[in-house]
Amino acid sequence: MQPSSEQRIKMYEMIVTSREFDDQVMAIYYADKTPVFDLGAGRIPGEIHSSHGHEACGAGTIIQLTKDDAITSSHRPHHHVVARGIDLKPFAAEIFGKATGMSGGKGGHMHLYSPEHNFSSSGIIAEGMGPAAGMAMAYKMQGKPGVGVSFMGEAAANQGAFHEVMNLASIYQLPYICVIEDNNWGVSVDKSTSTAVARNSDRASAYACHGEYVGTNDPDDIFVGMHRCLERARSGQGPSILELKTYRLQGHMLGDPMPYVPQEEKDAFIDCTVSYRAKLIAEGVLTEAQADDIVARAVANVTEAIAFAEDSPYPDVSAAFENQYVA
Amino acid sequence: MSNERKLTVARAGREALMWEMQQDESIFMIGEDVLKFGGVFGTADGFGEMFGADRIIDTPISETGFMGLATGAAMAGMRPVVELAFIDFIGVCYNSIVNLAAKHYAMSNGQVKIPMVLMVGTGGGYNNGAQHSQALHACLAHMPGMIIVAPSNAYDAKGLMHSAVRSDNFVVYMGQKRTAGIGFLGTPIPTSIAAVPEEPYAIPFGVAKIAREGKDITLVGLSWTVHQCLQAADILEKEDGISAEVIDPRTLVPLDREAILKSVQKTGKLVVADEDYQSFSFTAEVIASVVERDPTALKAAPIRVANPDINIPFSRPLEQAILPTAARIVAAARTVLNS
Repeated sequence: MQPSSEQRIKMYEMIVTSREFDDQVMAIYYADKTPVFDLGAGRIPGEIHSSHGHEACGAGTIIQLTKDDAITSSHRPHHHVVARGIDLKPFAAEIFGKATGMSGGKGGHMHLYSPEHNFSSSGIIAEGMGPAAGMAMAYKMQGKPGVGVSFMGEAAANQGAFHEVMNLASIYQLPYICVIEDNNWGVSVDKSTSTAVARNSDRASAYACHGEYVGTNDPDDIFVGMHRCLERARSGQGPSILELKTYRLQGHMLGDPMPYVPQEEKDAFIDCTVSYRAKLIAEGVLTEAQADDIVARAVANVTEAIAFAEDSPYPDVSAAFENQYVA
Repeated sequence: MSNERKLTVARAGREALMWEMQQDESIFMIGEDVLKFGGVFGTADGFGEMFGADRIIDTPISETGFMGLATGAAMAGMRPVVELAFIDFIGVCYNSIVNLAAKHYAMSNGQVKIPMVLMVGTGGGYNNGAQHSQALHACLAHMPGMIIVAPSNAYDAKGLMHSAVRSDNFVVYMGQKRTAGIGFLGTPIPTSIAAVPEEPYAIPFGVAKIAREGKDITLVGLSWTVHQCLQAADILEKEDGISAEVIDPRTLVPLDREAILKSVQKTGKLVVADEDYQSFSFTAEVIASVVERDPTALKAAPIRVANPDINIPFSRPLEQAILPTAARIVAAARTVLNS
């Protein structure tokens, strides 16, 4: 099924909001780490794995999920958070380590939780798969309609957990989708070096499940691929592997200038904020002015969220000791 | 009372789990060999027929996978009980245990609960070699985010199982294999068999039990070594006229440090026995807890009786020599008492 015009406009909004969020985070991040780059310094400390370039993968998939569906995201979660419609203010505040953050500042950028959105993320590669499949298993046991969706990079498919969970999901016929965002680089190791198959979606045959590959980084194409996977999941036809070709426009993490990526590869990067805008305008879905309005709204919303995070207090030190065990 | 019903540890724990599963449909078991085999150590004996394959779920040998699935199921409102036959196997799912199940509650600042029980068989002494005989208490107890129970007898096994399954925390339920009283591991240890009420009852976490009262020396054990301490106390009484007090913490996390201290303040002498490796361990934690709280409590240097930091040998005389047996505990107690 093709996305409607309304859905396409919504996807564009998700994409530019995520990009604006990452742009503002990146600006603050580098400003506070100049001239000496210290990961622990500044208003946003720690690693940041920005979603620059991946935004289409979040938009084209998550726009089709309902509140009954569950998402586990990876160490690169920002575009999923935005596409899920999670409030940008606590999202930003969490990245700043503030008391008003999604977890009161105790999670951080890789560990984001919003139970009301059935959303969580984990920084351990491929280990979001088990919980997403497990939530799918719970929904099946409970007679609920939800689908479990995990997101990860292409290099995560080489983890043992990938094999274990895909096999489990298939033998139990779980409503589970493993979305793989293939940016070709596991930190500095490229896919052809790390992976025996060109497409991880081909691995689906090893688990007698459905595999899809979308090679365009285009939200509309991603939407169509995800739709087929969802149809299968929702009709009891078991799990799918959906691999999406995408591009990591920044380094593995902010501060990584990725000298290992050949220039010709960088030159061929497709920036979905640019390509999708041009496509929607060319097809008459948006005018230039409407597209500008969407960007302006995104800038305003993100600016407000970042200001909220900056103005929020740090948690009291006593919070470190709270919520370790259920009382 | 002669009509008191006595059970083994495995049967008592199983009874509690069965009762809880009958009350609450959100509880299900998942793990290797649970459906037809009833768990390698009898933890789910007969459950397959009783509850069916939808609630007693056999898995492939995919520990990090099914541990992750169980964690997700717990996040989505189920109450999984995971069977991992040997604690030695945590090596193949340590990440799911410590980075997923044990961390979601704290990292989400209390928003995401993991009401899950992980059942593991621990310990050796039956010639199963270095990869199937470990206690590994500290490998889990060191990490925050888990409650860890280690019952030594049938009464505690039942009460702690009720508490474990009802808890909204991630609970590791450690069952020492030879303490379980199962058919293929010989005659059950007499002191592990206990009178067990038919009705359900919950034992709170973090409350130690004085397994035997005494006044001259404190012997602290855990699970199987509680029985070794009890045997040692018998020997010390008969052969030395010494009155030893035996403390069974019952739960490793939280640890009832106050109960241990109270006993040591009374006796002034301490021997700690544990089947795990000695260094960086339960035995170290017990002694540190005592000394930190009251540096005057100990009147003699304490002694640890544990695995002397070696990989467990297969050959019977070799394994027996390194186990924390009653004989070693008696020898240690005599050294402490004579110092």
